[in-house]
Amino acid sequence: MRTMPAFDRDDFSIPRDEYLYSGHSGCPGCGATLTMRHVLKAMGPRTVVVVCASCWTGIAGYFPTSSLKVPSVHCAFASAAATASGLKAALEMRGDDISVLAWAGDGGTLDIGLQGLSAAAERNDDILYICYDNEAYMNTGIQRSSATPLGAWTTTTPLGQDRPNKNIMDIMVAHGVPYAATVTIGFPSDLMRKVSKAKGIRGTRFIHALSPCPTGWRFAPHLTVKIARLAVESKAFPLYEVEQGEYIITHMPRDRSLKEYLELQGRFKDLTDDEVQGIQDNLERAWQRLMAKSRIATYATP
Amino acid sequence: MEKVMTGNSAVAYGVKLARAQVIPAYPITPQTTIVEHLAQMCATGELRARFINVESEYSAMAACIGAAVAGVRTFTATSSHGLAFMHELLHWASGARLPIVMANVNRALAVPWSLLAEHTDSLSQRDTGWLQIYCEDNQEVLDSILQAYYIAERVRLPCMVNLEGFYLSYISEPVHIPEQEQVDAFLPAHCPAYELDPDRPAAFFGATFEPTMLYRFRRDTHQGLEKALRVAREADEDFHRAFGRRYGLLEGYRLVDAQLVLVATGTSVSTARTAVDRLRDRGAKVGLLKLRLFRPLPADDIRSALRGVPKVAILDRSISLGAGGILCQELKSVLYRADGQCPAVFGLLAGLGGIDVTPDLICEIAERALRSEYPTEEPIWIEVNR
Ligand code: SF4
Repeated sequence: MRTMPAFDRDDFSIPRDEYLYSGHSGCPGCGATLTMRHVLKAMGPRTVVVVCASCWTGIAGYFPTSSLKVPSVHCAFASAAATASGLKAALEMRGDDISVLAWAGDGGTLDIGLQGLSAAAERNDDILYICYDNEAYMNTGIQRSSATPLGAWTTTTPLGQDRPNKNIMDIMVAHGVPYAATVTIGFPSDLMRKVSKAKGIRGTRFIHALSPCPTGWRFAPHLTVKIARLAVESKAFPLYEVEQGEYIITHMPRDRSLKEYLELQGRFKDLTDDEVQGIQDNLERAWQRLMAKSRIATYATP
Repeated sequence: MEKVMTGNSAVAYGVKLARAQVIPAYPITPQTTIVEHLAQMCATGELRARFINVESEYSAMAACIGAAVAGVRTFTATSSHGLAFMHELLHWASGARLPIVMANVNRALAVPWSLLAEHTDSLSQRDTGWLQIYCEDNQEVLDSILQAYYIAERVRLPCMVNLEGFYLSYISEPVHIPEQEQVDAFLPAHCPAYELDPDRPAAFFGATFEPTMLYRFRRDTHQGLEKALRVAREADEDFHRAFGRRYGLLEGYRLVDAQLVLVATGTSVSTARTAVDRLRDRGAKVGLLKLRLFRPLPADDIRSALRGVPKVAILDRSISLGAGGILCQELKSVLYRADGQCPAVFGLLAGLGGIDVTPDLICEIAERALRSEYPTEEPIWIEVNR
């Protein structure tokens, strides 16, 4: 194993083109909004975004406004994948080469929309599905989802989440999708590389985007990117991709302490040192399992 | 060309002639042979369409919605539990003003499990903003699919074509299959009002926090349904010109001098025709009103068909539990007049759970209604009380 330099260097230039207008209704420091902004820079203008019920229902603009410079199709909560599949089939019938991006939160992906997503992935429909994961139902006011990490406070886990979060990447990889990847806004060039790569692949592509949420995670809005980086560096959210079943770690964490990551967020403030240690042990085991099946690539940290 | 076929095959032929382009589908008895037939047509290239094997009716409707946004002709078929499972998206499809056409093969909902015909599945979706057509025989099924696209695309609203499980779905009758060129002339390629185009990006659907905005959307959709009455008439007239067959929004049968009019929908209509003939032969002044279009409800046509009729007996193969037969509730609200000049309305539950509604039963119902001045109970559980 090579040692990795300290920072995510922007050797991958980020286009100046913007497909997201300012003036959208995302909270200050919203990670989900930054994620969309960078995803669309990679996707380009010939993209349709299918948005299911989520914070993004509002961020995309209230009728008759839109914050997106690409067409968007809003859909019911559980229906992002199936709506995207139908739309893609229709565009193909029309003879149009337009990318369909299904965009859903963790609730819309890991919980209520999982069945439809599983079916689209099993059929290998030609869609890019991005789950922007803010680790709870934020649009309804911070309720637990199956993406909520162990120990996190939400309004429906007032004593802290008592189960580790569902591993959506393993679930999607088990479907045999041609491409799956984790990304986060703390590493924008890694994010854009993966989205660009996904764009060029046919079939169901899945991207799991950790999207820090100042409102729900209880941190100051200027910390979004820092927290996203700490999530990766503390192994809470490893960056990797799975291409045709082959795992590739795209950034080697620099072993920042988990405590540092958790302490910045109000949702973890009631954790005892023992509980933090327990979470860290869990994450370390998960990391070892991931390492055991991965090879290391360098493009996130050249 | 004439062919002997089931109601389900008649649906499939209608969809093929309409040149549906995206067909997401999920099996459920007694609908399954529709999607089997369409899957076959797509596989052989007989129909140039994308068939999507979805994992649920919910996803079938979601995929129809996604496809319809892109402006292509879409179709799916379902029944009872499948229709109920779609419920949320039925609202979505009409609110989004998408001309999706769906066949619903009427079947009772559990509990207890049953596979047999009942209209409660679709009638209980009456508030979702879908047009609803009810068919009497297999020819009408095929023809109604074509008319459904005609109407739906002109008013930008989804349309459900209903046929009863087993009575139509699996029973074969001779059906005339129109020529493709004639159908193409009747039903030209769909030109959507709003095109999904990355060069002119727009947001489809989405949210509002402005109550008056939502209020205006609802009013527009309601007016779309009102307009559908006129368009459905035009569809039927155009259809008649092209193919020589017509159905009307409703149909009166032997209404002259009628002292009692039976109101029915679906296959009970054919049976009721026979019963009315028998009753007339016996000197009883009984007529029949077939209701074909249930949403939008042709209220004025119903009122004028029943003007001056002292008694109306409604055969309901559906129930709104706690209220009575659904057609009966609807008809009563249409017939209500502030001046008290309303007919006596007998609400008869006949055929729930697929019970065979025979000519004898209908004669018995009619004769009983003729003897009574007004109904003493409602609903009347006809099969239980016999
Ligand atoms: S609640 Fe969180 S995810 Fe939702 S808009 Fe606000 S910051 Fe973004």
